[in-house]
Amino acid sequence: MTIRVPPMPGRPHQRILVVIPAWNESGVIADTIAEVRLAQPHVDILVVDDGSGDGTAEVAIAAGALVARLPFNLGVGGAMRTGYRYAMRAGYDVVVQIDADGQHDPRYLTDLVAGLDDSDVVVGARFAGQGDYRARGPRRWAMWLLARVLTRLAGVRLTDVTSGFRAANRRAVAVFADHYPAEYLGDTVESLVIALRVGCRVTQIPVEMRPRTIGQASQSPLRATLYLARAVVALGLALVRRWPAATETLGQEKS
Amino acid sequence: MNSTFTLGLIGGAIILAVLFEMLRRQRLREKYAVIWVVVVGFTILLVVFPGILTWAANLLGVQVPANLLFFGASMLLLVLTIQLSYEIGRLEERTRTLAEEVALLRLHQEAQPPVVRPPRNEAPDDF
Repeated sequence: MTIRVPPMPGRPHQRILVVIPAWNESGVIADTIAEVRLAQPHVDILVVDDGSGDGTAEVAIAAGALVARLPFNLGVGGAMRTGYRYAMRAGYDVVVQIDADGQHDPRYLTDLVAGLDDSDVVVGARFAGQGDYRARGPRRWAMWLLARVLTRLAGVRLTDVTSGFRAANRRAVAVFADHYPAEYLGDTVESLVIALRVGCRVTQIPVEMRPRTIGQASQSPLRATLYLARAVVALGLALVRRWPAATETLGQEKS
Repeated sequence: MNSTFTLGLIGGAIILAVLFEMLRRQRLREKYAVIWVVVVGFTILLVVFPGILTWAANLLGVQVPANLLFFGASMLLLVLTIQLSYEIGRLEERTRTLAEEVALLRLHQEAQPPVVRPPRNEAPDDF
């Protein structure tokens, strides 16, 4: 993969916002911001501090990012909707979500944004050729099920729908600024279902993810089974939900 | 009169008094008080006229009238609890929206240059 630096060839006018949801990530957030800056100097960076108690916001400000501070913890969904709202009001063309813990390589951002040429949401997927991420047992079944259903819905192959590495264009940003679920798996799976149900086109590109700097996804059988059950419930609800009703409080932005 | 009668009346009166006091101190909103006043009123009605319960039990084919009362009471409590869950969910969604807006407002405010106020004695005095 070639690393291209600013301005992005062929799209000099696109304003890109990188949104980094962060909850108690003061140990790694500065490195993540510096890495994004280095790989993509032309993008703006918004860190959404999700009610951290460890000074994540101060570290991020010192590192040169814009920081929106949530007064208490809302989860990734709340942090991301804050980011999408900010992007919509400030008129950004593209929003890219990157995890604070450094597992997403910002050099793939170029590919993600390029993928928006013919789709509205581009997901950076781990299983699609690059990297060597492996899951087993119920967690694997859950991922298989989610991928199958989403692939069916999207009409194109989606292999890693729980990836938090994704880009969205103006159309998808407008949808996500209104509807971005805060519940379990809502920020990943359900948000994709919502995008697909309003007619957005979702595609994926292969990315290699690095091991998390700190923390590791739980792999105990009990928790993996619980994950499977919750995934089934979340997916089933997402498919039948009449979600616009949940955002009565946003009515004033429709005009 | 038996003890069921006395207990029912005393219980109903206490609940009504508590509801009234909470409303008076603005600790309870009318829309939630209405349903409880109706429940208490219905309870008192059954205490004063136990025949209603027996009649309804016969009508529905329930052999022990008290069982109908238990069934009705538990269903009512279930529905009211679900209603409260719904209200909590709505409040959570509103709180979430407010929190997000607060975060964006703070970001916006911190991005502004600090307002420089004129010294006090030089301030215009036409307000």
